[in-house]
Amino acid sequence: MKNVIWALVIILLIIHQDNWFWTDDTLVFGFMPIGLMWHVGISLCAAFVWYLATIFAWPHELEYHDNAGNEEGDSK
Amino acid sequence: MRDGLTQLIIISIYLCLLLCLGVFASRLFRGTKKDYLLASHSIGPFLLLMSLFGTTMTAFALVGSSGEAFSEGIGVYGMLASSSGIIHSLCFFLIGVKIWSLGRKYGYTTQIQYFRDRLDSDFIGILLFPILVGLVIPYLLIGVMAGGTVVQTMTAGAFPNLEAFSDPSPARHGGVPPWLGSLAICTVVLVYVFFGGMRGTAWANAFQTLVFMVLGLVTFVVIANTLGQQNSMFENLKAVTSKVPFEKVTREHMSQTKFFTYLLVPLSVGMFPHLFQHWLTAKSANSFKVPVVCHPIFIMIVWVPCVLIGIWATTLKLPPTITPNAVLPFLVKSQTGPVLAGLLTAGILAAIMSSLDSQFLCLGTIFSNDVVGHYIGHERLSDRQSIWLARTFIVLVVVVTYGLSLMGYKSVFAMGVWCFSGFASLFPLIVAALYWKRLTAWGAYACVLTAIGCWLYLFQDSEFGANGEYAVMLGEYEVMPVVVIFFSSLVAMVVVSLVTPPPSQETLARHFD
Repeated sequence: MKNVIWALVIILLIIHQDNWFWTDDTLVFGFMPIGLMWHVGISLCAAFVWYLATIFAWPHELEYHDNAGNEEGDSK
Repeated sequence: MRDGLTQLIIISIYLCLLLCLGVFASRLFRGTKKDYLLASHSIGPFLLLMSLFGTTMTAFALVGSSGEAFSEGIGVYGMLASSSGIIHSLCFFLIGVKIWSLGRKYGYTTQIQYFRDRLDSDFIGILLFPILVGLVIPYLLIGVMAGGTVVQTMTAGAFPNLEAFSDPSPARHGGVPPWLGSLAICTVVLVYVFFGGMRGTAWANAFQTLVFMVLGLVTFVVIANTLGQQNSMFENLKAVTSKVPFEKVTREHMSQTKFFTYLLVPLSVGMFPHLFQHWLTAKSANSFKVPVVCHPIFIMIVWVPCVLIGIWATTLKLPPTITPNAVLPFLVKSQTGPVLAGLLTAGILAAIMSSLDSQFLCLGTIFSNDVVGHYIGHERLSDRQSIWLARTFIVLVVVVTYGLSLMGYKSVFAMGVWCFSGFASLFPLIVAALYWKRLTAWGAYACVLTAIGCWLYLFQDSEFGANGEYAVMLGEYEVMPVVVIFFSSLVAMVVVSLVTPPPSQETLARHFD
């Protein structure tokens, strides 16, 4: 599943370069330029992909240090 | 009441509220160095989200984005907002959590402390110190100068007969002059950082982030209604956007390769020293989950209204002397009533100050921790002495920044991009330090020296940021300077690391096992 998450991040970065809307002046809902609307969609998709990342790709091994660090931390 | 006076009163009340918040936070201060600099690692998910977001959103996000949208059109959102939604969270996820974990384990407070330990090198601290400070100072200047402009524009007309408050532009005449507005902002931030430390900073950030998000949305609705003159919000949005010229609702004049290479600019977040310090304040690794998910949405909430307001401004007759940085404050003032304009100014200042505080605190920490503390010996300084040392340096940093802000004025957007490009060029260093065992101290020196050498060369080539359209030509393709700097530093780091002896097993064991 981790690989799927990273693949989704790469897809987001690729579709971020929306050359196909470069000179398109369509106004979505009559007020939102389509080039801007596309990138709003990317922002929302990014939040969803990162939500999936916190579920399926979270580095749980680092949680250990939360407890260990309380005892060991700040020794320097 | 005179035009501008209401706004001045509201701004003054807001600044006093912040002072009270700082004083209140200082009453919870536990008296230790760890509490002053890292809030005793007590920051939970919500405060972490608000402080990380508030810190990354500065004058650049509000004043710069609306000004750039006014000049260049909607492309500014894709260039920095949607890309940041992907890349900032990536940095929190891949770098922030790991740094937090190592920081808790080994007691780091600053980036330099981490790099010295990871690379087993004292020199990396000497090398990084002037570069990090040198790159944070322009970032600070963006906030201080934009704050002065906003206050002047919003209070224009308050004192039309005072000689010191006169200005050739009618849009600014009679307003609090920038030197005074910037001074007030620096003083307020200094007071709550000085007394409240990291806890005061985190609280003030959370409060100010809420203020600027809510007031930003109110601004958007009020300006849309005023400009649209229709019966409903939806009709107003349609009416006002339909008048925007073609080149502003598209990216007709924007280079596609330049847009693509802007993707590297948000990587700067991985190397911001003030964000490094904020990451270390987290209560647990899980505290990062909320910022990772919500950050792209928060960016959208702030940037979309600003970009739309910026392109709407192109349909209005604005004073010919107006600069892009003054577009948002001018619209707020001309399209809303004085009370709302005053509140909205407070919102803009909130965004600016929520970044300044972390940067002031961070620079004070670097000076006291990585220079004085490191060379005198941390064990020879009591917590009380360390805190006063940090406070002294915070005052010095504020004084120097304020002094520099009086020397000149450049586009918020152009200065921001140069500053972010410098930090982004050091991004390979932090990623390699965390994930590449073969990174050596010599590779790190090569990375830093190449990055700063290329940055200085291209910066002077751009007439020290004055040429806002500056780009590097790679064959027939126009790319952002960050591409050249980033890949040069990456190649230098990899090549030099591979030809120099690998780090000791002991160092690798500390950082990778």
